[in-house]
Amino acid sequence: MELAFIVLGLLTLTSAIAAMAMRQLVHCVLCLSVTLAGLGGFYLLLNAEFVAFAQILVYVGAVTILVVFATLLTRGGNPEVGVAIFSSSWFKGIAVAVLAAGSLLFCVLTTSSIQRPLTAKPKADVKMIGDKLMTSHVLALEVIGLLLTAAMIGAVIIAMPERPKESKVEN
Amino acid sequence: MVPLHYYLIFSVLLFSVGLAGVLCRRNAIIVLVGVELMLNAANLNFIAFWRYSAHPEAMTGVLFALFSIGIAAAEAAVGLAILVTFFRNRGDIAVDDASMMKG
Repeated sequence: MELAFIVLGLLTLTSAIAAMAMRQLVHCVLCLSVTLAGLGGFYLLLNAEFVAFAQILVYVGAVTILVVFATLLTRGGNPEVGVAIFSSSWFKGIAVAVLAAGSLLFCVLTTSSIQRPLTAKPKADVKMIGDKLMTSHVLALEVIGLLLTAAMIGAVIIAMPERPKESKVEN
Repeated sequence: MVPLHYYLIFSVLLFSVGLAGVLCRRNAIIVLVGVELMLNAANLNFIAFWRYSAHPEAMTGVLFALFSIGIAAAEAAVGLAILVTFFRNRGDIAVDDASMMKG
């Protein structure tokens, strides 16, 4: 279990850093898909099988493809040689990220209440998740359905090319 | 089995990598990718806390992570649509050029 954690962690973290630092945008997105698949592996290690497969379906499947499409549609896949890929104030960004990491790590390492014993392997099959979704969490389920519909319509409307308005003027 | 700390430390590292990408990169698509990494780090925390909780049969962490995945998917779709429109208007998607609204 320890070995699986270390291997998955190294793979995921390395590909995340590569996704943030590589020059070619398509390479970045490929590294992102490795990161997301590695996180799916973490969910499997934590006995959350359904979330792991949802992660693979939604993130590795849909979101990555969406980002690839956006990359190709915006011609950003091939930045010219000599054009900076980092903003001019990148050192400030790195400093803020290191500061955030340091303070969060301090909190994690000094809090004693999170040292919990591991309980027996919990049962988390699809039937139980479905029961919970349809009984105690049904309102959240409906709201997220509404949100996804609104986001879909919104994305289509935002990305639609704007039509010239002269047809209305003629009438 | 790995203690809960390890998962939290890993998720802090993943979050900071995403944060550094959001703050440093010029391309708006990679900025969005960084946001996705940060959301995923938070999701890992939900699942880890659920697995190590005293009452995992309540399923709270799993359901929260599922809803979070759904919201992140919606966010990615709308964000990328905005970026495509922005590219159509400006011919570039560098975030430091996005100053039309004088923010």
